[in-house]
Amino acid sequence: MSTTQIHVETDVHHDDHDHHELSFIQKYIFSEDHKVIAKQFLITGIFWAILGGGMSILFRLQLGFPDMDLSILKPILGEWLTPAGKIDSEFYLALVTMHGTIMVFFVLTAGLSGTFSNFLIPLQIGARDMASGFMNMLSYWFFFLSSVIMFISIFIETGPASGGWTIYPPLSALPEAMSGSGLGMTLWLVSMVFFIASTLMGGINYICTVINLRTEGLSFSRLPLTIWAFFITAIIGLLSFPVLFSAALLLVFDRSFGTSFYLSDIYIAGEALPNIGGSPILFQHLFWFLGHPEVYIVILPALGITSEIISTNSRKPIFGYRAMIGSIIGIAVLSFIVWAHHMFVTGMNPFLGSIFMFLTLIIAIPSAVKVFNYITTLWRGNIILTPAMLFSIGLVSFFISGGLTGLFLGNSAIDINVHDTYFVVAHFHIVMGSASFFGMLAGVYHWFPKMFGRMMDEKLGHIHFWISFVGVYMVFFPLHYIGLAGFPRRYYSFTAFDAFQGFTDLNTYVSIAAIITFGAQFIFVFNFFYSMWRGQRAPENPWKSNTLEWTTPIEPGHGNWPGEIPAVHRWPYDYSKPGAKEDFIPQHIPYSDTPESNMPHEEE
Amino acid sequence: MSGIVLGLGLLLVVAILIAIFRVSTLLGIAKKEGQPRVGKANGINAFLLILFLIGSMALLFWYSYTHFDSYNLPLASEHGAVTDRLFWITMAVTGVVFLITQILLLTFPFKYQYKETNKALYFPDNNKLELIWTLVPAVVLSLLVFSGWKAWVDIMDKAPDDSEQIEVMGYQFAWAVRYGGTDKELGDSDFRLIDLDNRMGIDFSDRNAHDDFLATEIHVPKGKNVQFKIRATDVIHSVYAPHFRLQMNAVPGMPTSFWFVPTKTTAEMRDELGNENFNYELVCNKICGRGHFAMRYLIIVDEPEDYEKWYKEQQSWLKLNPDYMSKVPEELREVAAISAGIDGTTD
Repeated sequence: MSTTQIHVETDVHHDDHDHHELSFIQKYIFSEDHKVIAKQFLITGIFWAILGGGMSILFRLQLGFPDMDLSILKPILGEWLTPAGKIDSEFYLALVTMHGTIMVFFVLTAGLSGTFSNFLIPLQIGARDMASGFMNMLSYWFFFLSSVIMFISIFIETGPASGGWTIYPPLSALPEAMSGSGLGMTLWLVSMVFFIASTLMGGINYICTVINLRTEGLSFSRLPLTIWAFFITAIIGLLSFPVLFSAALLLVFDRSFGTSFYLSDIYIAGEALPNIGGSPILFQHLFWFLGHPEVYIVILPALGITSEIISTNSRKPIFGYRAMIGSIIGIAVLSFIVWAHHMFVTGMNPFLGSIFMFLTLIIAIPSAVKVFNYITTLWRGNIILTPAMLFSIGLVSFFISGGLTGLFLGNSAIDINVHDTYFVVAHFHIVMGSASFFGMLAGVYHWFPKMFGRMMDEKLGHIHFWISFVGVYMVFFPLHYIGLAGFPRRYYSFTAFDAFQGFTDLNTYVSIAAIITFGAQFIFVFNFFYSMWRGQRAPENPWKSNTLEWTTPIEPGHGNWPGEIPAVHRWPYDYSKPGAKEDFIPQHIPYSDTPESNMPHEEE
Repeated sequence: MSGIVLGLGLLLVVAILIAIFRVSTLLGIAKKEGQPRVGKANGINAFLLILFLIGSMALLFWYSYTHFDSYNLPLASEHGAVTDRLFWITMAVTGVVFLITQILLLTFPFKYQYKETNKALYFPDNNKLELIWTLVPAVVLSLLVFSGWKAWVDIMDKAPDDSEQIEVMGYQFAWAVRYGGTDKELGDSDFRLIDLDNRMGIDFSDRNAHDDFLATEIHVPKGKNVQFKIRATDVIHSVYAPHFRLQMNAVPGMPTSFWFVPTKTTAEMRDELGNENFNYELVCNKICGRGHFAMRYLIIVDEPEDYEKWYKEQQSWLKLNPDYMSKVPEELREVAAISAGIDGTTD
């Protein structure tokens, strides 16, 4: 099965005798240890989250306080400010674009999947490391390279990509159309190519590891839902990211080599271009073939994390374990055949619109099942509201609120009027953005003790939760109203239209709420880094949880378990089993040790 | 200077907060000994969840009720009535689900908060329950989908033959609008013929183009079928007229269209709203560059008689730009002059 495993074990052996330490570089930088790689992903993700969130504050200032003089930011923004101290309108679009790109890809894909798939897969399935530690390392460093390129693109003179995170051509293909479509767009595409490579290497590794390296007794029907979610997410990524790669590649051809995949009938900057026969709609199909699965790549790991945390902290088995797996798989399959619901009014054949409306609304069913199962898990539980648990409950609340507005948008007839308005902005920021972000935070609070051997401060966690939870609703809920009134997204200012003169107060209010919510995230950042060194020492199993990672030493070394890997004897959700001495029975406890609580079919 | 002061102030606030945090954690460690598994914070947080539920629901209903008119744009098209109705049906269905699920989700942590003496119910599955909440959403959703689908098919159906055809073209950063002229037929166009004056690239070798006229405002007749023939010449734009619940992208290289029936004239809407400056507006709703936020065009809905009157008063583009006669093929010039209204006696 695994040469890695043997290799790692000999390494450990070697260490014991010679006290040979890995060099700093091998241990913390070019590390092949999945735990270190997970932390690298996490910290890079936090960096990007602050940057991406900060950008949103800048454009919220423009929207909430259109007359504000921002000259105070001149040292940072330089020429991007007009002489009157206002944000330049093209820079506004650059901010919107980079905010979207950073949040979707770098924070919620790499930061979330990268962190928790890496950290939890080997620990929860009882493996010494990933199937290929080397490839795992490459996965991070490709992501790093991609990050560096994207970061550089922010500082170039013509500005970063500015055509929206969906980079629809021709806008993104023609430097004449906007300055961000010059070098900034090239860097965007190069960066994304590395990002895709990173995601694929990570994904292949996650899939191989889950299939091949499960410990003895850990069948698929005993796998924690976190692992199920990461596993399916990796498969979705593996099938959809290459399509984004092809879309990007054709765009590169159009931009640099004179092809006409996406370009036709264009007159720009005083001349007619020679391109004939291309279709901008083709790009949209290719983009959303990744783009839609991508939102599930973002939300499924968060839902997996939540399942684990809600069950643990309700001291109750997750309700409908099989239905949960079924809905993850159902969502994964359906996610590939709903992409064109982003394109109802792009001029696509209305017949296709009909089909995609049917398919889209079907995906609401597995999502609804998940929500009902979460609520039933809470019912008659013995609920402990740790910060992780609060964030998980917050996630479910967002998933409901944002999921329900999806029923409006997925209905093509209703979509005609709300498409590309703030209603959409509200919808996906709640259901995808905030929900996944809360999943990520919940995961950090829950597994911090395993990552760093110390506890995060609970009180700060509670404060962080409350400001964030109330804040997210205060920021994004009002946007529904603004959207229904027809306000288009990606507008620098609403002064040009009579129809959009209202809601100035509400926009100011949203901006203030956004600043407060963003500010509150620094409570988390402080708590995170402070607790890393000064936090209270963690006990072995702080949440009295069932899964295998809590059987490792408090700070697991290379290879995770010093001795043999424990075998698994039961499913991971034996909480509050009738007759049991305690309210949890970890997965590695055999039935023969718990005769008092075994069900009739569990006698060995 | 003010920047430095602000920065220092911020730094001071952060420093104070950190000091408070340090003191409280030290105190916390001192009294940590012999604490129960779950502290007081649990009850407080559970209570706060309920408080949040009540507060936010109150805010939601209050705002939705008192500000109803500000987020509901008045309606001025036939199909808009259908989509608005669908919207409110969906709102009713999702609203009920929203209320029930949020209430359960946010009250359970209070009701079932941790107690040392309690034991959670071991309840891993129940096929009947799961079947119910798979099937019920499935049925409700199929009803929603079906009504949505019927509306969609009607709206997207081919425009009736008697539709007024109006060409709307997006470019960075404005709209150009063309009518068919006396023959009501739009002439051909080609992006290679575009120049600074002939912004739409009208092809004057086509007879139908000679009487076409461009309009600085879109006029449409009330109660008649109107079809927008939509195109773009540089990047994607989107024709969005929220009062008509009308939206369709303008795509370079791929003509699109949208037809509708306006139901209220501009004058009627002005009366209804008590705002004599009211105008229907056309908006760009697909990111298209620096001037995306300012691509405004007016739509004027007239009574059919007024519309016809206005239509007849318009002068053909060729008449206004006689230089372009040279682009008309030799053999068509005479006919062109007549249909463009330049018949010798220029007045």
